[in-house]
Amino acid sequence: MTDTLNAKNHSIEKYLRQDRMPHIWCSGCGIGPAVSCFLRAIDRAEIDPNKIALVSGIGCTGRVAGYVKLDSFHTTHGRAIPFATGLKLAKPELKAVVFSGDGDLVAIGGNHLIHAARRNIDMTVICVNNFNYGMTGGQVGPTSPLEARTTTTPYGNFEPPFNLPYLASASGASYVARWTVLHLRELERAITEAMIKPGFSFIDVIAPCPPIYGRMNKMPLPMDSMHYYQEKTIIRHGADPKEADITLNGPILAGTFVDIERPTFQDQLNHISSKVNAQV
Amino acid sequence: MNGDSACAEGAISAGCRFFAGYPITPASELAERMSERLPQVGGVCIQMEDELASMAAVLGASWAGLKAMTATSGPGFSLMMENLGLGVMLETPCVLVNIQRAGPSTGLPTMTGQGDMMQARWGSHGSYEIIALAPISPQDIFDLTILAFNLSEKYRVPVLIMADEVVGHMSEKVTMPTIAAKDLVERRRPKVKPGKYLPYKPDADLVPPMAVAGEGYHFHVTGLTHDERGYPVMTVEAHDRLVRRLVDKIRLNRHDIIKYKEFQVEDADIIVCAYGISVRIAQLAVRMAREEGIRAGLLQLITIWPFAEQRIRELSLQAKAFVVPEINYGQIVLEVERCAGDRARAILVPHMGGSVHSPQTILEAIREATQ
Ligand code: SF4
Repeated sequence: MTDTLNAKNHSIEKYLRQDRMPHIWCSGCGIGPAVSCFLRAIDRAEIDPNKIALVSGIGCTGRVAGYVKLDSFHTTHGRAIPFATGLKLAKPELKAVVFSGDGDLVAIGGNHLIHAARRNIDMTVICVNNFNYGMTGGQVGPTSPLEARTTTTPYGNFEPPFNLPYLASASGASYVARWTVLHLRELERAITEAMIKPGFSFIDVIAPCPPIYGRMNKMPLPMDSMHYYQEKTIIRHGADPKEADITLNGPILAGTFVDIERPTFQDQLNHISSKVNAQV
Repeated sequence: MNGDSACAEGAISAGCRFFAGYPITPASELAERMSERLPQVGGVCIQMEDELASMAAVLGASWAGLKAMTATSGPGFSLMMENLGLGVMLETPCVLVNIQRAGPSTGLPTMTGQGDMMQARWGSHGSYEIIALAPISPQDIFDLTILAFNLSEKYRVPVLIMADEVVGHMSEKVTMPTIAAKDLVERRRPKVKPGKYLPYKPDADLVPPMAVAGEGYHFHVTGLTHDERGYPVMTVEAHDRLVRRLVDKIRLNRHDIIKYKEFQVEDADIIVCAYGISVRIAQLAVRMAREEGIRAGLLQLITIWPFAEQRIRELSLQAKAFVVPEINYGQIVLEVERCAGDRARAILVPHMGGSVHSPQTILEAIREATQ
């Protein structure tokens, strides 16, 4: 896989902090491609980059905030979503984007994820899901498939994982999609749609972590994961996210699962505020 | 008006337009008042899913340009320590109110305590300095909340209001003057154009001007050790430079920050050193001691952190002893002891919590101190 961030790429270069390159990610890591899809989606969605607030938590994906030339916040582990909630509510003209990993958003930050979805806060959450904690050396995570090897499940994972699209949609998200980083065009389109969509949008980005998770699960080379995604991805827009469970090396259901209209938190708040102001 | 409500009103007078909180006794009335008042003044009040999220949302709102606050009590205060540290590291103005109850753990949820005073100083990990104020009445919490916002905007640091259940729940008359704009401090904004802005390049007072999100500055902030650009730098030197500045911007400006009041200390050789609700009991005890002919006085600590070291040192030259009543088993007394050295004794009058001291207990300690 080419390194999409370090390669000359004129459309996204302007959104990167060139003075911080090279980045820290391993070669073949899935985070870089996800970032370039996001950066291209900014122009595609015609969003004013001055109005984007990008918030990350902690972990390999948490470092995204440090490489994008936008107002960007590298916060605490798990708390990117509530931090972004504060930003967005205090300044509704901002486009709040949370870019973080599965451990950050779903384990330590899981409570915030479901509540932000329930409230339908207007923000886009891009979750790079590589089935483990890469930065700390490959421990089991809330998305590790059953039987996966990790440094803390040396005999195989015995905890069932979360199905993220199902979790997000059951919690109330207005837009839910999943793509792998093999599906760059589809991912870029999904991020574009998500950023335009009012309300809470969630994108589960299945991404390789070749030197850590991949090495422990018989996919040590970047191309191994790509082959896996190519062979096993089933694209079904509108599929019931309940069916989006992921098993070890099993099929990956991808597509746009949820795209609904629901009043956002801001809509409800404005409604109440106008009632209050009518009284005062 | 009760203290919780007076605190909310003080916040609104100070220009606070964002509140995020989580229900907890005895601070819930504060959130309730904010939920009623903020929509009236064009602000936003949100009840978050927990205190971790509340503190995170407050930081986010501050970075979007609003003055922001949260309020809690012991168990929630513990959870807020995580993002309090981020607030210190990102240099985020905001106010955190702790209506203290008696701990540890769930303790006495509806009853008073002062057991979080050292947690206020050291509760989040790493080396830092913080500002903490201790109100003694509803009027005082109104006034100190305005001061707290001013200090937080000026020094770009979270400011803690360390009240307690009695101050929070007691009802007294509160006068709420309209605060003139000139009496409200607003964070310094960058004077340079985007592209030239260095988010952590300090001015002479060691405080850097602050850009907010959405204005085209494209700044980066991180909880990692960072340089003036805000970029992570993992070196001993960068860490030394950053931590020294974060600490020194408070330490070197302490004369501007530290406030205290004194009653009858001019000739006193026994000085009661108290804070929060205990000040009001101590006043009675000092009066009773004076009636007995004991030269007693009272030092009221308004600013708890940074600590009024210099004043205690000076007073230790004249006083024989400090009497320190606390609704805990000894916290601030350790600071008094440190500053008094071997020049004056520091005598703790502990009370484990649930109620305030009786003036008699403090009086007895004053008598004992004369021996
Ligand atoms: S450890 Fe894994 S997730 Fe982290 S940078 Fe390397 S490949 Fe990417």
